[in-house]
Amino acid sequence: MTPLIVTRYTGVNCLGRGIEAWWAALRARRSGLAACDFEDAVLDTYIGRVAGVEDVTLPGPLAAFDCRNNRLAWLGLAQDGFREAVLATRERHGAGRIAVIMGTSTSGVLSTERAYQRRDPGSGALPADFRFAETQSTYSLSAFVRAALGLEGPAHVVSTACSSSAKVFASAARLIGAGFADAAVVGGADSLCLTTLYGFRSLELLSGAPCRPYDAERNGISIGEGAGFALLERSGAGPVLVGVGESCDAYHMSTPHPEGLGARLAMERALGAGGLAPDAVGYVNLHGTATRTNDIAEGRAVRDVFGSRTPSSATKGAHGHLLGAAGITEAIVALLALERGFLPGTANTRALDVETACRVLIEGEAAAPRYVLSNSFGFGGNNCSVIFGRA
Amino acid sequence: MKAYIDGFGLLAPGLPSWRAARSVLAGDARYEPGEMPRPTAEILPPAERRRCGDLVKLALHVGAEALAPSGARAEGLATVFTCATGSGEVLHQICETLAGTDRDVSPTRFHNSVHNAAAGYWSIATGARTASTSLCAHQGSLAAGLLEAAVQAAAAQRAVLLVAYDLPPPPPLAAVVPCTVPCGLALLLAPARGAASLGEMELDLAREGADTTFADPALERLRTGNAAARGLPLLAAFAAGRAARLTLEWLPTLRLAVAATPYRAT
Repeated sequence: MTPLIVTRYTGVNCLGRGIEAWWAALRARRSGLAACDFEDAVLDTYIGRVAGVEDVTLPGPLAAFDCRNNRLAWLGLAQDGFREAVLATRERHGAGRIAVIMGTSTSGVLSTERAYQRRDPGSGALPADFRFAETQSTYSLSAFVRAALGLEGPAHVVSTACSSSAKVFASAARLIGAGFADAAVVGGADSLCLTTLYGFRSLELLSGAPCRPYDAERNGISIGEGAGFALLERSGAGPVLVGVGESCDAYHMSTPHPEGLGARLAMERALGAGGLAPDAVGYVNLHGTATRTNDIAEGRAVRDVFGSRTPSSATKGAHGHLLGAAGITEAIVALLALERGFLPGTANTRALDVETACRVLIEGEAAAPRYVLSNSFGFGGNNCSVIFGRA
Repeated sequence: MKAYIDGFGLLAPGLPSWRAARSVLAGDARYEPGEMPRPTAEILPPAERRRCGDLVKLALHVGAEALAPSGARAEGLATVFTCATGSGEVLHQICETLAGTDRDVSPTRFHNSVHNAAAGYWSIATGARTASTSLCAHQGSLAAGLLEAAVQAAAAQRAVLLVAYDLPPPPPLAAVVPCTVPCGLALLLAPARGAASLGEMELDLAREGADTTFADPALERLRTGNAAARGLPLLAAFAAGRAARLTLEWLPTLRLAVAATPYRAT
């Protein structure tokens, strides 16, 4: 794989707006999760809700895209000078040479849920102000980001559930490698909605407390929301996208392979793409959802690839499970660990499950990894691992 | 970007398979739409066939057809699934449940709601642990998927199966979704010419030019009524065995130019 430079990255989630807010929370092993107060959902669970989304107003030309998901994207684009960095890149290469590849799982489904609550009692019709293409459509997010940044290069949305916004790195790198773009804005957004809250409840995967990845007493996930973005270029200053590995479990739609077979393949392929030996990687940001099945299977896979000494941690106890935005969010956590010389701990976790096969850090620690890897696994058994290295 | 085509799959009203549709697409027989035959999706184990919806069956049906002529083994193929709308049926059922009082979403329906449901069932059915992605680009989903698949075939130097598929959703979504006709199609792409290659294509970005259309109004209604059917002009070029320069819908201000070169009438 042709290495690309991550010249800028940013995002928003329940830890705050922009990477400094995230980092302060991750350094302190602080959780942003709180008891569920989303809309009228009555659920005994914790969520990572972004404060102030309700107050966001999209500017006139973008108003048609208004929905919770695109508001999160808008908040994210405004942090850490990201928008300005993209505009400078646009000046250099031209709008048509910058690709936009976003990941999302549920896009603006909350808008559809609300529209179904306001159906015409006689005809059953959806309200006239419901806009399918700009909100519900899976592509909506890339259309919005493309319009918000004035970009005209190749674009699509990757939607492979919880690996979506990790796979955007692979898709963008291929397009740039083949010469169809000179740079790419990658990332993703996913927003709280009743579909995922009640859907995960039906699978009995919602934790009644802030989630505790890899803990002996873990009992499920805490759903979060947010957006994250990265600017990929052929040259510039910043960490390097070294390799991406993609795989499928070929096992079950919503349960991971018990031995972590697909997870292992994703990590091995990422190492292969980067031409790296396993011991080059100094930190693994685990998918670590805090479900009984994921953490055991992933731990085995990590041990099978890296042995039991490579430090790893799961940060979903801090920011929640951002589903389609988990890949980009945790890629950014891994980038921060790489650039700032500190491996974040596993928030909320008290005592590791004795069956954990890999080395999970409960407390954060100072370290200077040369390479870091982030795992993201989704429904449909879809897996992706991304590796970044120091410049 | 060059890619080689080793197989096609197709299912749409009046086009019951790639093999059976060639004379219509070549312009040698009249197009009579009618009802789309139900996808059999025999590749799915019976238990999975009961669990998945019609959209997944459509995708797996055309995907499997594209492998048949070359005898390619599904297990070793990377896959790109592309779909504009996702399952309107599942979306409708879940939103209706959530608008009610108990909000008791079915767990199977929930995992079937992901955009990559077809990819997941394909992987389970075939045992493929290869890379698999699922994309959306509105009405340009076919073009986005075609480019992604070609770029991936070239980068990994391996065959990639592209599957494009969309179904009209039930009401009330039918009134707001621009999909009026069912259609699924699949292309088996290879990075190099092989014994099974039916032809090649050169892909490029295009800033200008109008989308390639059908002269036959009924075929044109199919093309414009389903995002996957935006790829039918490419299949028509291969059916006729005639080289063609095509422009496929993708994004505002950006289209996909395809120079198709069939090696022989297929």
